[in-house]
Amino acid sequence: MTDSQPDAAVLGRQIRKTFHRDTGEIVHALDGVSLEARPGTITALVGPDGAGKTTLIRMAAGLMRADEGELRVLGIDVAAHPQRVQSRIGYMPQRFGLYEDLTTQENLDLYADLHGITAAQRQERYPRLMEMTALGPFVDRLAGRLSGGMKQKLGLACTLVRWPELLLLDEPTVGVDPLSRRELWEIIEQLVHGQGLTVLLSTSYLDEAQRCGNVIVLHQGKVLARGGPQEVSALAQGRAFLAEPGAGQKARGLQARLLDDPNVIDAVPQGGLVRLVKKNGAQDPRQAGEDALAGLILTPAEPIFEDGFMVLLRRAVGEQGIGGSMTLDRPVVADASEMVVTVRDLTRLFGSFAAVDHVSFDVHRGEIFGLLGPNGAGKTTTFRMLCGLLAATGGMLQVAGVDLRHARASARQRIGYVAQKFSLYGQLSVVENLDFFASAYGLRGGRKRRRIDWALEQFELGALRRLPSGQLPGGFKQRLAMAAALLHEPETLFLDEPTSGADPLARREFWRRITALAEQGVTVIITTHFMEEAEYCDHVAVMDAGRILAQGTPAEIRRRAQPQAGREPTMEDAFVAIVEQARGAASADVKAGGAA
Amino acid sequence: MTAPDQPTRRRLRAKARRVWALIRKEWRQMVRDPSSIAIGVVLPVILILLYGYGLSLDVKNVKVAVVLESPSPQATELAAGFQLSPYFEPRFFNSMPPAQELLLQRNVDGIVRIRSDFARHQSIGDAQLQIVVNGTDANRARIIQGYAQGAVAQWGARLGAQGAGVSAGPVVVQNRLWFNEANDSHYFLVPGLIVLVMTLIGAFLTAMVMAREWERGTFEALFVTPVRSDEILLGKTIPYFVQGMVGLGLCLLAGKFLFHVPFRGSMWLLGASSMLYLVVALAIGLLISSLTRSQFVASQITLLVTFLPAVMLSGFLFDLRSMPAAVRLITYLLPARYYVALLQTLFLAGDVWGVVVPNLLVLGGMAAALLFLARLSTTKKLA
Repeated sequence: MTDSQPDAAVLGRQIRKTFHRDTGEIVHALDGVSLEARPGTITALVGPDGAGKTTLIRMAAGLMRADEGELRVLGIDVAAHPQRVQSRIGYMPQRFGLYEDLTTQENLDLYADLHGITAAQRQERYPRLMEMTALGPFVDRLAGRLSGGMKQKLGLACTLVRWPELLLLDEPTVGVDPLSRRELWEIIEQLVHGQGLTVLLSTSYLDEAQRCGNVIVLHQGKVLARGGPQEVSALAQGRAFLAEPGAGQKARGLQARLLDDPNVIDAVPQGGLVRLVKKNGAQDPRQAGEDALAGLILTPAEPIFEDGFMVLLRRAVGEQGIGGSMTLDRPVVADASEMVVTVRDLTRLFGSFAAVDHVSFDVHRGEIFGLLGPNGAGKTTTFRMLCGLLAATGGMLQVAGVDLRHARASARQRIGYVAQKFSLYGQLSVVENLDFFASAYGLRGGRKRRRIDWALEQFELGALRRLPSGQLPGGFKQRLAMAAALLHEPETLFLDEPTSGADPLARREFWRRITALAEQGVTVIITTHFMEEAEYCDHVAVMDAGRILAQGTPAEIRRRAQPQAGREPTMEDAFVAIVEQARGAASADVKAGGAA
Repeated sequence: MTAPDQPTRRRLRAKARRVWALIRKEWRQMVRDPSSIAIGVVLPVILILLYGYGLSLDVKNVKVAVVLESPSPQATELAAGFQLSPYFEPRFFNSMPPAQELLLQRNVDGIVRIRSDFARHQSIGDAQLQIVVNGTDANRARIIQGYAQGAVAQWGARLGAQGAGVSAGPVVVQNRLWFNEANDSHYFLVPGLIVLVMTLIGAFLTAMVMAREWERGTFEALFVTPVRSDEILLGKTIPYFVQGMVGLGLCLLAGKFLFHVPFRGSMWLLGASSMLYLVVALAIGLLISSLTRSQFVASQITLLVTFLPAVMLSGFLFDLRSMPAAVRLITYLLPARYYVALLQTLFLAGDVWGVVVPNLLVLGGMAAALLFLARLSTTKKLA
């Protein structure tokens, strides 16, 4: 140990920070948080949106001041001397911080100039950065025209033009496709393990925590746990199991029942089975009647980080169960052979760029159909065409038996649409929003009143009915948006990225509603970039760069993954394999074309 | 004078390098971003053309109804005066109702009524003439009124010269326009134009580009580098200062070659006062953007507190002295007011030191105060 090096790159004690929103709401972003990041390791702040991760990282970067507590970065009191810290660290904010109208090279040069890097140092540094990020061919491209993954890599490269003593990364993998995510992680791990860099990062992807030396689990401004990731996983030691659904039962059906069981902490569909975490200790005899576990064959499983995280989270939010069961007033009479959506060779060009390129698929009544893919894959564009919001450049498109090119209005009456950012009116209260959407769908008088009451009850929004929707917590906004889309009792529901940014509990609750809707005959078409959510779907289509690369049941998709050492391949493994295969084929085509 | 020691010099050189890097970055963005070209170049050109050719406050060929209730020789003579004037396009009636009808329909802007007893009263020296002007546009109305009085005065003078024994006639108004002998509104529109262009580039454009950096999160990444707040401010102000001076040059060229506006003051005084005003405008833009941090809000506020007052309350379109006292008090807060006073003096009257010095002093004080505030409000802190 050297004397000059402080023991901790980041050391924080009892940090508090309170925000006063314009709405009068008081948010305790950080509520007595202590943390430590050791040199030469990756320390991760893990938690859902609103946990306080970004606030903490910004404080370490000297961009915010704590109300209370002490924070030392590289041994310096960062609140007193922010510039001394800022001159020595690297920081990548959540939204890249790149100048989109400058090229890759110009962005790098700007940061090199600001850091005072000499020409000689650049000659040594730039080739290494280019090799690491594979951005070499794109030096003259405007940063705004790079893909999400490439932007993140460029952002990272900009922080590395001068070797920082500490690297702060705020959600570096958000909005990045699984392939680029893996590449980013490989770069970060190489920097840390190969060259001794110290990294403090934040993430809401729980699987990423497993790659870090040290994790700090945050929830609503409080630390739930700290230590090695295996220590968090170990919280579920001996309590994690896999259960097989009975004949004719869907994994998501079993999962929904298990979530109702008070002896179950968590359950998610996984690889056709259900992964569950049981509560500690003896079973509660009072609940024996609802015991979903009875008669199930449970295979013990190695606990993963998410299992331990859910144990912590359920402990933090108290005993309340996971909500989300719901019933429709009028179940849709389902005839599973009927086709609800038929898409053939659907194409949408923006200029010469094909956002959607000859996409074809069918959706049967009463099924859950998932469009999977990273940001920019063309999911939202496809959705907008399906909902008649955007004209197709070419191809055939039928929704609820109606050709959308001719009869948009009548098709729209039969579909519900939840847009990506939930198009709610922030100034209107919950009830006023519902009232507006009901009127927009042409509901009147008694039916309108009944439907709004139904929505408030089924989505558990009654207590918040007078609150402006802009002040609702994220999970409730999503519920309200979904309620608004179901007011006119559509047979088909479209949801565009409804779970992005939601915490794991809210996501489970959301999927229970979707499961319940599907059981009552509603057809659900959904996009997501959480690959594991494909397990809830009956059929999925994997999209990348405007094209469908694979479609089928989740089991069929999973089979395309490369075998993984020591574990079952996941949906994400399958996605990576499919995309790599497709990109490999594309570049082989180019090469063959060049040779011919 | 002692030479700065070695570390200080090295520090200053590093500082200059960082500012230069920021200026280069700003320049590239300026060139590539259509919206800053639109605000910085296209809008000033449009303003020049619009104000130069489209908008003219000169009143010519005013349509008036002349009501001649009884055609006495004196009355006919008076009416003919209107006919001959280049400013009027009279139509003649012999009673009020049809003339009033035309005024209501806005087919004429005024009525000159020569009563049936005009000749009789004139002979005893208390002749009265009724002039009715459509007052919905007060400026125009005043100008028409002046013209009409002028026409009547001319008639009186002619009458006197003919020795008709009548000296009185209606009130003789001596109308003379100082500094703007030709009464050409371009003479005061061009200085006003310079104020608008400088305000647009200095305050509006700067507020927008600053707010954009806050909005897109680019400042967040920039802050965590060795760059200091004052360097960020310099990196923003220098490019837009240059652009503002280019705008000034465009307006001066247009003034000289398109509108032939005379320039009687000294160029270096014009340059000094323009630079001072530009610094004030830039500081306002920086202050607003760092307080709002949103492009939309920043643009609204900048329009409200800089551009609109520069149009309405700076004395460029409307005379400050004719404003109510309360509004006049507000105008003292506006930097544009002092700049307009400077420009109008320098263009049309020359280096009148009694006007130039106090206005320059006020602008200088404002520039110092606002720069100080902008520096205080721009910290490397989020929220």
